[in-house]
Amino acid sequence: MGDTLLTVRGLTINIPVGGGTLHAVRGIDFDVDRGETLCIVGESGSGKSLTSLALMGLLGGRIDRRATEMQFDGIDLTRANARTMRALRGDRMSMIFQEPMTSLNPAYTIGDQLTEALLLHRDVGREAARARAVELLEKVGITAAASRLGQYPHQLSGGLRQRVMIAMALMCEPELIIADEPTTALDVTIQAQILRLLVDLGREMNMAMILITHDLGVVARVADKVAVMYAGELVETGSASEVFNAPMHPYTRGLLRCIPQPGKTERGARLGTIPGIVPSLVGGVTGCPFRTRCDQVVDACRQAIPRRNPGSGNHEFRCVHETGHRMAEESPA
Amino acid sequence: MSDVNKDAPVLELRGVTKTYSVKQGLFGAPKPLTAVNDVTLTLGRGEVLGLVGESGCGKSTLAKILLGLEAPTQGEVLVDGERIDATDRRRLARRIQPIFQDPYSSLNPRKSIEDIVSLPLLVHNVGDAASRTKAVREILDIVGLPARVMQTYPSQMSGGQRQRVAIARALIMKPEIVICDEPTSALDVSVQSQILNLLGDLRSEFGLTYLFISHDLAVIEHLATRVAVMYLGRIVEEADVAGLFDQSRHPYTQALLKSVLTPDPGMGVPDTELGMEYPNPIAPPPGCHFHPRCPAAMDRCKIIAPLPIPTPDGHVECHLFDGDGPEPVRSIS
Repeated sequence: MGDTLLTVRGLTINIPVGGGTLHAVRGIDFDVDRGETLCIVGESGSGKSLTSLALMGLLGGRIDRRATEMQFDGIDLTRANARTMRALRGDRMSMIFQEPMTSLNPAYTIGDQLTEALLLHRDVGREAARARAVELLEKVGITAAASRLGQYPHQLSGGLRQRVMIAMALMCEPELIIADEPTTALDVTIQAQILRLLVDLGREMNMAMILITHDLGVVARVADKVAVMYAGELVETGSASEVFNAPMHPYTRGLLRCIPQPGKTERGARLGTIPGIVPSLVGGVTGCPFRTRCDQVVDACRQAIPRRNPGSGNHEFRCVHETGHRMAEESPA
Repeated sequence: MSDVNKDAPVLELRGVTKTYSVKQGLFGAPKPLTAVNDVTLTLGRGEVLGLVGESGCGKSTLAKILLGLEAPTQGEVLVDGERIDATDRRRLARRIQPIFQDPYSSLNPRKSIEDIVSLPLLVHNVGDAASRTKAVREILDIVGLPARVMQTYPSQMSGGQRQRVAIARALIMKPEIVICDEPTSALDVSVQSQILNLLGDLRSEFGLTYLFISHDLAVIEHLATRVAVMYLGRIVEEADVAGLFDQSRHPYTQALLKSVLTPDPGMGVPDTELGMEYPNPIAPPPGCHFHPRCPAAMDRCKIIAPLPIPTPDGHVECHLFDGDGPEPVRSIS
């Protein structure tokens, strides 16, 4: 730990839409150390998937991505050309997508798809590549691995397909894996197995991971570091225990009240809610993006929002209130 | 639960079995697939029966049978003691209504919200145009939507609002039973809690009975009064919510409960000990269908299918509870 693999400063993503610009991600900062797992948690439209695509250089040409700094192991990703990115993708950084059915090619065998990246990036023969594929399929818990190489994606169940996706992402022993909702489409039992597998393999290979999810349970169990994303901004960051045991931002606290927690939430009791909807990010966005839904809102929320450190480690949140709570003398906006 | 009247079941399933004929390949002979296997269930008025199980276990087939969309191969379904037939769908639809998972595909995009919600009234020839409009306005108010949405279209609404529309449509005929098939799985956390609260409120206000299908056990624990656990077409355990979550009996139930990821940092990802993939329902394992994945499997589990064993608050199908403890009931050599 302490050995920084990825540094992101001021990442901004703007999408031209009819009638203006959608400011989907606005100046986010984060670091990932080698072997560390960062979970980015947020609801749909918060910009978490765009962030992962931006890191991989997979945003469409129309989309404007800028950053004051974006370094992967000393390589400046803001200046990297298509060739440099191609050399990195699938080799030193790779991605696991949510839908294993749509992200595997139905017309090619599992074996072809597994060996593609290795044959492209490394100087290995077909036989060696297939041997590596079998080794990894076994590692992700697939039985009769050798016979799977000739099969097509439709012949596998959802859980098996997701394991194939993981094996594929691991073929070149990447230093960073970005997993975008890797278990959302799966049964809870399979979800637990796949997450365990990712955590164990990450540890074994000293792989860093960015896990993108909306599931707070997954985050709590897997993350070293957590970044809570809302409407294109990171509203709270910190270690998993800091964010879950002492949530500071009103949005983080609100989210945790929304989910029924076995053993803590009374059965049948009303759950907490966050009223309202996510604001439009088209046109100018000023002040706190959460203020329209926040129960702690005051007039100052319309202005620039300071970052605050509640006093422990790297825990940080963005709020006008020092404690995330409105003071008694302040009047609601 | 005090508001539950167990003496007069509103819904009863007696030995319901549904077998499909599945073709294997182009020239293969069709094979039987038993999606629902001898299911007997009773729902009291005002109860919420949570139905859990992995994908492919027959949950949705059971829901279709209850909605009259599929006829059971064997057994019968009784509503208020009266046998229902799939041929009398219109009468059945007045009493049982569904809410589906995906509010994006379950609403007709070309109809206005008023048309969508009033359609059941039109189909059943209830009232004139003016009274139907009035009924729509009332039910929209009940589900928390302003009357002005009546002239809008589904594409103009958020996911949570669409699910409210789907709930309004289900309730406008004042049904007794609502089949909720993963009603919040497609929604964001903050919206999910609003919909769960709404479903809870409606239940107490209208004395509704829910069959609540979900893969999220935390949601089931929160909302259900009784829980049925399904595996390969059979209800392997049924109990009151407290009994099931506090003292589960069946090893499969225990594995499901283990795989719930509560938002507790530092606990890691649990090992469910469910080694294998979900079995192929066309060729279910002999004996107890669960034995190949069961951490407590004994010799007789591989040969003899367990029978339902009554428990104080339900039943369990497992040889561990045959009465003689973990030793075989009779010699099988």
